[in-house]
Amino acid sequence: MIQFERVSKRYPNGREALNNVGFFVGRGELVFITGRSGAGKSTLLKLIALLERPTRGTVSVNGHSIGALQVRHIPAFRRQIGMVFQDHKLLADRPVFDNVALPLVVAGAPLKEIDKRVRAALDQVGLLGKERMLPVELSVGEQQRVGIARAIVGKPPIIVADEPTGNLDPDLALEVMRLFKRFSEVGVTVLVATHDLHVVREFVGREIILANGQLTAGGTEPLPSLIASR
Amino acid sequence: MTPATLATRHTQALLGALGRLVRAPLATVLTLLVIGLALTLPAALGMLVRNAESATGRLGRAVDMSVYLRSSVPLARARQLAVEARAVHGVARVQVISAAAGLRQFRKYSGFGAALNALPSNPLPNVLRIVPQPRSSGAAALEQLQRTFARWPEVSMVQLDAQWVMRFDAMLAVLHRLVSIAAILFGAGVLAVIGNTIRLEILNRRAEIEVTKLVGGSNAFVRRPFLYTGMIYGLGGALLAWLVLEGAVLDLRAPVAHLAQLYGSTFTLSGLKGRDLAALFGGGMTLGWLGAWISAHRHLRGIEPRA
Repeated sequence: MIQFERVSKRYPNGREALNNVGFFVGRGELVFITGRSGAGKSTLLKLIALLERPTRGTVSVNGHSIGALQVRHIPAFRRQIGMVFQDHKLLADRPVFDNVALPLVVAGAPLKEIDKRVRAALDQVGLLGKERMLPVELSVGEQQRVGIARAIVGKPPIIVADEPTGNLDPDLALEVMRLFKRFSEVGVTVLVATHDLHVVREFVGREIILANGQLTAGGTEPLPSLIASR
Repeated sequence: MTPATLATRHTQALLGALGRLVRAPLATVLTLLVIGLALTLPAALGMLVRNAESATGRLGRAVDMSVYLRSSVPLARARQLAVEARAVHGVARVQVISAAAGLRQFRKYSGFGAALNALPSNPLPNVLRIVPQPRSSGAAALEQLQRTFARWPEVSMVQLDAQWVMRFDAMLAVLHRLVSIAAILFGAGVLAVIGNTIRLEILNRRAEIEVTKLVGGSNAFVRRPFLYTGMIYGLGGALLAWLVLEGAVLDLRAPVAHLAQLYGSTFTLSGLKGRDLAALFGGGMTLGWLGAWISAHRHLRGIEPRA
């Protein structure tokens, strides 16, 4: 589903965020990307969502190298990836419903379907009934779950989450991770960048460990069965 | 995306843009005022020119030519000539004023009745009063007519005061040019005002634009509400300009009619109509859309999500 081949990323300021990283993630896998802050976790996720382009190497998503993707095709590509952020990136002046509906609205879904799927997504994260509330009226954990609902509402095959539990207490963090686990069980490929090792150890999931932009553990070669399924 | 969905998206963008404008009434009204007043000036000039044209058109019809026949030409021949004159291109009507009728009028209006009685014979010639067709009442056409009749052997002289018509025509040409210049200058002003307003709006909504792009919103999707905002500004400005002009016409109509009456005309001031009105609204909307597009094109490119 996601493959990195000898990927390096150097930012214009000279910082080498990733250095010769290679790994493969199959469909329906739940993968944790761990390492200290500054190890390159965020950069790795940004490369998947085409928020950044690699300096060297190839990133493939769904069997296609995304390096050559034209700018005008990026929006459609991003709709296949649900993104969750540590700071939620919710629209503060819009109610929960509008926030969650945004990916469907930009994709041009019919209103009836939007209504149905937003409710379904909110139901999955346990926020049904709070559609009309503004994000500030919710707790931090609830806001994070609104962000997750927005990431899954378009039923993307891939979810990437950057420190989704960073602001949450351990109980809430576990709850959020359980959600991700459930998504992976229905075939969604989930990548979670986190430095919350307690939470990671609670789950059966692969762990890709980064240190100073280099992969130190967890990068497996593509397995024949996974290649067949991609 | 189906056409129905696309229509829904456009409606949403339009309503969203309207909602934002309504929620910031003071800023919206101020912007509309600037745009409206900028549109008013060229529109007012245009209206002035149109009215002036129509006024001279009417006066042009009042501009008639007196064709004095030689005194040797008898009345019967004058009547024949009138028939021939009627066939001349650009002539609307021909009236024969016989020497006798001329004398009667002169006696009646001049106050020289007694003196005229002393004359042994009627000194006046027969006269053809030529009324040109409205479209031939321009200065050049009138002169052409004048030359045509002057060449007739029976004609002793053709009297026409075309000088003022020519001057007026020249003045109108200057005014026409002025309207174009004003339209370009103030159109550029409207473009700048709307472009800048949209730029501020884009910067204000930077976070929202970033998030929209993050979840896969295309540039067209992000740009759409701003284009509608621009069009609404343009349309609103045009509406305002139109109302201002209508108010001005209402206020000026009576004094202008009075002035016209003193010149013996039935001219009345009229507001923008038909094509001019369409040009005002179409122009306003186009300028709004264009200003927003330029601004959005410039500034939206710079906003890429940085997660």
